[in-house]
Amino acid sequence: MKFAFTEENLKKIEAVRKKYPTALAAVMPVIYIAQEQNGYISEEVMEEIANVLGIDKVNVLSVVTFYTMYHTKPMGKYHVQVCTNVSCMLRGAYEIYDHVKNKLGIDNMQVTSDGKFSLEEVECMGACGGAPMVAINEDYFENLTKEKIEEILDSLK
Amino acid sequence: MERIVLPQIENFNQIDVYLANKGFEAAKKAFSMSSDDIIDQVKKSGLRGRGGAAFLTGLKWSFMPKSNDKPKYLCINGDESEPGSFKDRQIFEFNPFQLIEGAIITCYAIGAKVAYLYIRGEYHKWIKLMQNAVDIAYERGFLGEKMKDTFNTSFSCDLFIHKGAGAYICGEESSLMNSIEGKRGYPRVKPPFPAQNGLWGNPTTINNVETITNIPPIIRNGWEWFSKIGAPKHPGTILFGVSGHVNKPGVYELPSGTLLTEIIENYAGGVIGGKKIKCVIPGGSSMPPLRGDQLEGVRMDAESLKEVGSAIGTGGIMVMNEDTNLLDVLIRIAHFYHHESCGQCTPCREGTGWMEKTLKRIKAGYGTSKDLDLLCDVANHIEGNTICALGDAAAWPVKFMITRFRDEFEKYVKNEIAIPVPNKVHSMRNTAIPLANLEK
Repeated sequence: MKFAFTEENLKKIEAVRKKYPTALAAVMPVIYIAQEQNGYISEEVMEEIANVLGIDKVNVLSVVTFYTMYHTKPMGKYHVQVCTNVSCMLRGAYEIYDHVKNKLGIDNMQVTSDGKFSLEEVECMGACGGAPMVAINEDYFENLTKEKIEEILDSLK
Repeated sequence: MERIVLPQIENFNQIDVYLANKGFEAAKKAFSMSSDDIIDQVKKSGLRGRGGAAFLTGLKWSFMPKSNDKPKYLCINGDESEPGSFKDRQIFEFNPFQLIEGAIITCYAIGAKVAYLYIRGEYHKWIKLMQNAVDIAYERGFLGEKMKDTFNTSFSCDLFIHKGAGAYICGEESSLMNSIEGKRGYPRVKPPFPAQNGLWGNPTTINNVETITNIPPIIRNGWEWFSKIGAPKHPGTILFGVSGHVNKPGVYELPSGTLLTEIIENYAGGVIGGKKIKCVIPGGSSMPPLRGDQLEGVRMDAESLKEVGSAIGTGGIMVMNEDTNLLDVLIRIAHFYHHESCGQCTPCREGTGWMEKTLKRIKAGYGTSKDLDLLCDVANHIEGNTICALGDAAAWPVKFMITRFRDEFEKYVKNEIAIPVPNKVHSMRNTAIPLANLEK
């Protein structure tokens, strides 16, 4: 499947490009723009990013595979990220994680069959004061209990 | 107590409120000074980096070359991925303009025309808030070409936000630079240091968000005022992030040298259920943990913590009560460093994995007390043998947790192992089956 940036996103790329003295440096923000448009970063997307920036595809690939926030396969509409690092763990993060796993019926880095949810066990998200916490897409939910996360997941349409 | 980094002023994150409270006055003052004077002020103030190593900020700035044959850069480190650390996002949310003002003054002092503010990718909300503040600063003429008129000076600088993408290692300064350059976040070999060879081979200074936010008040009030706050050798206030088994977890700005027990009891509301403390990690998960019975009299500043065998780190205090299973905690920490090791250096890449596996073997009931020695041995072989400090950060919790809580870990191991595990080389030391039989 051929991938092409929308006109609007091409403008965004142009603006981003001005922040850096080299084209390569713009690769991280451009991958974000691509991921927002396509949902994940496929081979074709990487190729297009390389074309647009005029860099080698391998440079795109090496960055995509290094950072955990770039996805090389489709994720759910709601990407549920449960932090289980120490501060959260001390306050019951694994109970939350197990609860979410059971409720959604999926394991780490899996997607529900309807494509609505995906689950990821993540490292510290910098919300230790509100532990345990879950991030869903871009939003943080802190000071959770099993009941609260249940309610939040149910409210997502 | 006066708060420097997070003042208790309502709506301080609004530009007009900020301006009404001496906002950008420090920048105005700075432009009437020479860059050497500013560096001198910061040096004399004794301000030390808040990102973990507590290096003298003024001294770091003075490493920047004076010649202007190459462009210079400032990087502001807001990657904030250290488990237990969650202070920078408070600055992004509640005091963005002081951070911007600090960035302007720092750029002027070191001669940088561009500053990159690196914020971890997970902080979507705070990146938006910060970007909004930067846009306003441009609009009002505090950044970019317009600042020449605003401050009546020939100097101007730009501030760009670079969004990280989920890699703990990018909090390491040279790795952060590689990430801005659009590469994998691999730390670089030092020397050459960033002040000589940083972003795109140009002189670069990297400071923590909290460090930069401290700059405007220092310039405004003078170094003498700052140097009198808190502990003399590590002056100023520190944002302490308290998490774990406490009643009121959160970020507390207190003078350096505040008693650890005071922070836990008076500010964080004490341990939940009035339980005893088994273990405290005083500066984020990389720092050596302290036993609950050694907390009395411990002060939270770099020098005092060094004396008790730990370090200030990022000031992320993790409190664990008497019921905590430290083996589980250590497995989680070991897993974290294994996951986040960038893979460049063999001792770290392999060692972190072996430490995690060995700890999990102990958890599974197959551990012997020799495994505890083995873990310390592996940790000792990682420490100091890697390009960056992640190796040390991975080694310290394992080494110090086991040596300081040996009695605790001995409970989980046996002296003799019952079932041989032939595929794990290190277990063979204690197996009943002679090695020769296994090789057949």
